[in-house]
Amino acid sequence: MSLAQSVLSGDRLALARLLTRVENDTPEGRAGLDELFPHTGGAHLVGITGAPGTGKSSLVNQLALSFRKQEKRVAIVAVDPSSPFTGGAVLGDRVRMRDLAGDAGVFIRSMATRGSLGGLAQATVGIVQVFDAAGFEVILIETVGAGQSEVDIARLAHTTLVVEAPGLGDDIQAIKAGILEIADILVVNKADRPGVDSTERALKSMLDLAHPVAKVFMHHGTPLVPPIFGVQNGGMSEGQGGWIPPIRRTVATDGSGLPELVQSIEEHAQHLRRSGDWSRRERARLEAEFELLLQQMLLARFHAAVAETELAVMLDAVQGRKLSPRAALEKLMEEER
Amino acid sequence: MTERKIRVLVAKPGLDGHDRGAKVVARALRDAGMEVIYTGLRQTPEMIAEAALQEDVDVVGLSILSGAHMALVPRVLDLLKANGQAQVKVFIGGIIPDEDTPKLKELGVSAIYGPGAPTEQIIADIHAIVADAG
Repeated sequence: MSLAQSVLSGDRLALARLLTRVENDTPEGRAGLDELFPHTGGAHLVGITGAPGTGKSSLVNQLALSFRKQEKRVAIVAVDPSSPFTGGAVLGDRVRMRDLAGDAGVFIRSMATRGSLGGLAQATVGIVQVFDAAGFEVILIETVGAGQSEVDIARLAHTTLVVEAPGLGDDIQAIKAGILEIADILVVNKADRPGVDSTERALKSMLDLAHPVAKVFMHHGTPLVPPIFGVQNGGMSEGQGGWIPPIRRTVATDGSGLPELVQSIEEHAQHLRRSGDWSRRERARLEAEFELLLQQMLLARFHAAVAETELAVMLDAVQGRKLSPRAALEKLMEEER
Repeated sequence: MTERKIRVLVAKPGLDGHDRGAKVVARALRDAGMEVIYTGLRQTPEMIAEAALQEDVDVVGLSILSGAHMALVPRVLDLLKANGQAQVKVFIGGIIPDEDTPKLKELGVSAIYGPGAPTEQIIADIHAIVADAG
């Protein structure tokens, strides 16, 4: 039986081993992914991102507990940074996930970024595919403590949670584009702390800029909603197809606000399916994966075809300012054809 | 970057709440280029074995200062074996009386380090035992 077949039959050790091979991009790992790919597409991929210290790991812990109450099988992929100097890493997200120990319906895998930027590791896509094929219904993907540019998660996940917390310089952070624009749901965690109102206000004003929300005019005590807008304060817009990211307050250490957050996650999934965005996102993700694989394959082919010495000669020419880097590479590629 | 990384689980079983040693070792292993999964305090043998399986580690490092090593370590080793992970190497750091050392080694512990053991030694040993295991 191949490793992939064992994974499909529910063997947890085989699953763990295949994950390692996929992460290390070994021939066996690649073959496993090829074999498993037809079995993917069933899971709801939920990304959790946000600045360090906002409580992402604790929130993931609570989310997993909530989904377990619905008897959904949950996989967690927790990404932490590798040291750029030594390549080593301390992966500490499990410390906050002790509540999940001993539950066979949960599988946690920590991974290091191994030099990749953007908040995920290069192999995260493959790891998620393995979990998906293995039948996990919800896959929670926790990015490294991201700030402003880590938007890869939005490309991978169906539903992206951006986690904020009071007292982290929110007024300015919230204005910065990018990280907020990828949010399908905004979470204000540590909502028992002072400053939670101003954090929520800052996020809300940012959202109003990004998504022009219907203004509700009161007319003789009854709300008057302009017909082109269907939404008032987050959630689904009937008939319009737009999704306004709701803001949810949580306290991940005691689970407050979790039922509401889980409900928003489920509403978002329903919205994606109803509007057709589910398959559009899937398509965009596969396209991005194509692109990335194409780059890797072409690069490998180039290095296989061009001798180190040839490359060094060209590099000399470039360093001597006889050729531009682009012209040198064009020449090399020309010769290889 | 597709080179094989050594993955190490650093865990603290038992009830003593002192994890400075475990953290020092975790950091040293990271600086030696390894990926260290740190699980925190008060782990049961079951939690440790489960984490070792999910993370598919090569090595498990146990930090024990409570004196309960003769109860905890055999249990961890048994559970690793029961999970099909007999190949995972286990080392211990902490306060282990000399007379217990032969017994623990006989049970399958790869190495035991007392207070003040140089982290270079631990790193070299891990490289050696992982290379041995292929």
